[in-house]
Amino acid sequence: MIQKTKRNYTILTVVFTFLCIVWVYPIVTILLNSLKDTKSITTRDVFNLPNSKTFAGISNYVESITGMNFLRSFFFSLLISLTSVALILLCCSMAAWYVVRVNSLIAKIFYYLCIFSMVVPFQMVMFTLATTADRIKLNTPYNICVIYLGFGAGLAVFMFTGFVKSIPLEIEEAAMIDGCSPIQTYFKVLVPILKPTIISTAILETMWVWNDYLLPTLVLDIKKYRTIPMAIQYFRGSYGTVNMGAMMASIMIDIIPIIIMYLVCQKYIIEGVIAGAVKG
Amino acid sequence: MVGKTIKKYWPIFLLPTAAAFCIGFLWPFVWGIYLSFCQFTTVSKVTFVGFSNYAKIMLDNTFSHAFWLTVLFAILSSVIINVMAFLIALALTKKIKGTNVFRTIFFMPNLIGGIVLGYIWQTLLNGILMSLGQPLLALSATNGFWGMIILLSWQQIGYMMIIYIAGLNNVPGDLIEAAQVDGANSWQTLFRIKIPMIMPSVTICTFLTLTNGFKMFDQNLSLTGGDPQKASQLLALNIYDTFYARSGPQWKGIGQAKAVVFFLIVVVIALAQLRLTTSKEVQQ
Repeated sequence: MIQKTKRNYTILTVVFTFLCIVWVYPIVTILLNSLKDTKSITTRDVFNLPNSKTFAGISNYVESITGMNFLRSFFFSLLISLTSVALILLCCSMAAWYVVRVNSLIAKIFYYLCIFSMVVPFQMVMFTLATTADRIKLNTPYNICVIYLGFGAGLAVFMFTGFVKSIPLEIEEAAMIDGCSPIQTYFKVLVPILKPTIISTAILETMWVWNDYLLPTLVLDIKKYRTIPMAIQYFRGSYGTVNMGAMMASIMIDIIPIIIMYLVCQKYIIEGVIAGAVKG
Repeated sequence: MVGKTIKKYWPIFLLPTAAAFCIGFLWPFVWGIYLSFCQFTTVSKVTFVGFSNYAKIMLDNTFSHAFWLTVLFAILSSVIINVMAFLIALALTKKIKGTNVFRTIFFMPNLIGGIVLGYIWQTLLNGILMSLGQPLLALSATNGFWGMIILLSWQQIGYMMIIYIAGLNNVPGDLIEAAQVDGANSWQTLFRIKIPMIMPSVTICTFLTLTNGFKMFDQNLSLTGGDPQKASQLLALNIYDTFYARSGPQWKGIGQAKAVVFFLIVVVIALAQLRLTTSKEVQQ
């Protein structure tokens, strides 16, 4: 009987190896195509491997970086993600602490509104949000993080309050009796305890902001500022002939940092997903 | 004591988030509801028209088409993703070789954004369709629909799989052992013990996949763009299209009214899920 299960497991391993090849195949196809010269990337020849005639080396990548100004988009994406996530983590963990410990009527209303905001689809507010952002000049990559804080507060406040509730009050009381001000208590006592939740929330919010397309498209001036998803959509959506080689290279430039980051902090990403799902 | 002390510090702790929340969500939301009763092209010239925007939604047959397509899409993708994710999770919680590698690979597509995903699959699927002699994605709504299903499955199976694996790992081992001692075969352990024990995960995943299917926008925009002739538009893209791609003074108001209807549908799904979760908790 043991031998039988062992054989079954070998079959399973083979099946899964095959399935995994299918799973990475789309990305490999894009990678191979990004190495071909532009004329050879047609719908008919997508599955042809690059050969000596069609191999273009890294020229598509050069074209993508210089011709499309892709580094600039990369910079904007990075800037927006970093500032937004940092702001969300700091402000929302503070707000969550306030909500749990003060527990006044206003705090409760704020908390339930946050939960409510998680259900609302973005299309509901897109027009009015873009107009509001325009009016109060929150429409550059340098301050769009305020908008992200507002729209992303729901999930972050929800995750943090869930965790703060499980922290015994005595720890904070002891710190305050010893003479800590609330701000010191927050940074020296609360932040270290919250660290796992901070990491999970940071990952969920980064995945959202880095890949977000519609919000920056509506809020930012597309002629001046383009994040990576905006650049790719703008590039592909514009009329006329599309430089397919540069397009494939741009996709790869977008994916590669994500995959590297994923392989490095895989453990935290998967824990973050589980934490987010169990609470959400 | 802690509460009393930090209450005075509300300008530091609560105000920044609350203010941003008002700018980024609350005010646009309330204003959006008001605008759904108005006719406007820019916000400086708004005329109140009552429910006429809502009445006009019904005349716009692209909306009802997008609505039913989205319902079908959300249900179908939810079933496919959940069944596949559960089967994979079940296999990967057995001690087969390379589990971690498989898990890593299945989860990976989740990190890629919707726009990029759309173009990856557009390239690939068009290549396949052409070699099969089928019409390309932009020319056939049926192919576009199935393309979106394949895309969303590829993206989300890994995510749901992680949740199911976490659920399955939480099933106490002695419970399964006890069942085996009592003579239960592996099918019985699966249906009588494992599945009932992970019902919370099933609820979460069903809810997540349903709402994700309903709200899907980026992938729809980049994979098919709604072609041919808006036939592959899902609700979110239909609303966007009504807002930004049509000329005429009435469309923005109608778009906002559609958005309110869309919001109400999502709320109904969320409430159903909440009800389901709490009723199960009572039973346990």
